[in-house]
Amino acid sequence: MMAALIFVVSLATLLMFFVSYCRSLMASSSRHPLSKEVRDVTGISASASGQDFVRVMQLLRLCPERREDRAGLRAVEVYYGILDLLEKTVARVLPSLHFWMEQERAGCANFAVVLLDRRIAFSREILAQQDEF
Amino acid sequence: MPGSVATFIWYLGTALELAFVVCSIARKSFFRYFFLNLYFLLAIGSGIGRHFTLGRFGLNSDEYRYAYFYTDALLTLALYMALVSLYSHVFGELRFGKYLRLTAVLLLLGTALFSYAVVQQSTDRLSTNFAYELSQNLYFVGLVLTYVLWGAVLKLRETRTRLVQFVLSLGLYFSAYAAAYALLNLANRYSVVLFIGPVMGCFLPLSWTLTIWRHSEEDRLVPGQLVAVPR
Repeated sequence: MMAALIFVVSLATLLMFFVSYCRSLMASSSRHPLSKEVRDVTGISASASGQDFVRVMQLLRLCPERREDRAGLRAVEVYYGILDLLEKTVARVLPSLHFWMEQERAGCANFAVVLLDRRIAFSREILAQQDEF
Repeated sequence: MPGSVATFIWYLGTALELAFVVCSIARKSFFRYFFLNLYFLLAIGSGIGRHFTLGRFGLNSDEYRYAYFYTDALLTLALYMALVSLYSHVFGELRFGKYLRLTAVLLLLGTALFSYAVVQQSTDRLSTNFAYELSQNLYFVGLVLTYVLWGAVLKLRETRTRLVQFVLSLGLYFSAYAAAYALLNLANRYSVVLFIGPVMGCFLPLSWTLTIWRHSEEDRLVPGQLVAVPR
């Protein structure tokens, strides 16, 4: 009984810290100005919407991976998955959650766009280095 | 002897702990986050010590049992100090330093006394039981203190990216560890449960290494974006 209680409480705090961790990852990239290239590629002029996430992820997979992005991207992908699941289940019962979830999903999409921008810049650097040789 | 999966997790954890120390030296932050580095250096030393004791005396020996529980208590103590140092960073500008250290010492003594009171009934293996009890209680105190620290970070509108992510990673680590231990009690017949704790042990050095490598001390984030429900 005690172990079950500790398990439930620690899962709740785990979820709370996980959400805040993902938000801190997204917040740390929110000030990144988007380049013209990434705006052209994604068709996103100012800020992304939640529905853009899947499309941006597909574009991200086409670019060479940067090791330092991997863990953060994975965490945000899991967070988006949880939000998507909640959107299809809980948000149908509680429509007031819909607006908040859309904001969160948009935050995930913006984070992915910033990573895409960094990957494009990284690819350009690699190409420039190859040209030098 | 532990299996290949346990050995792999141990190597991975040690490599990540070493990576954090190397990265903090490379980013000139070793002394700024000295207690975080000290924790990982002790973790590396303890791991090597345990490995040596295991190879020499075997898994069921008293020597290995003592080495395991005492290094575990030492590491929990070091992690507690690392947590207190994060408190000092957050409250540093408010000049609470003296009171903070006093509270930390009192809390530590209180936990040690409570652990001793719990185990003093058993005469058999009193010292290893004490080390085990102290570790467990300090983990719980650590989880509560991290939760309080996170509340302070939000309340004080802390903007330092590194500090925010260090605290959040520690919160994730403590919560996941507590959940893994509870799961171990609930479903110990499934062998996969045994590996959850050690895998979680790799998360903390990985997350802290990425934070110290990615962000400089000057990086700031918008505190309003950290709360799930905007105020």
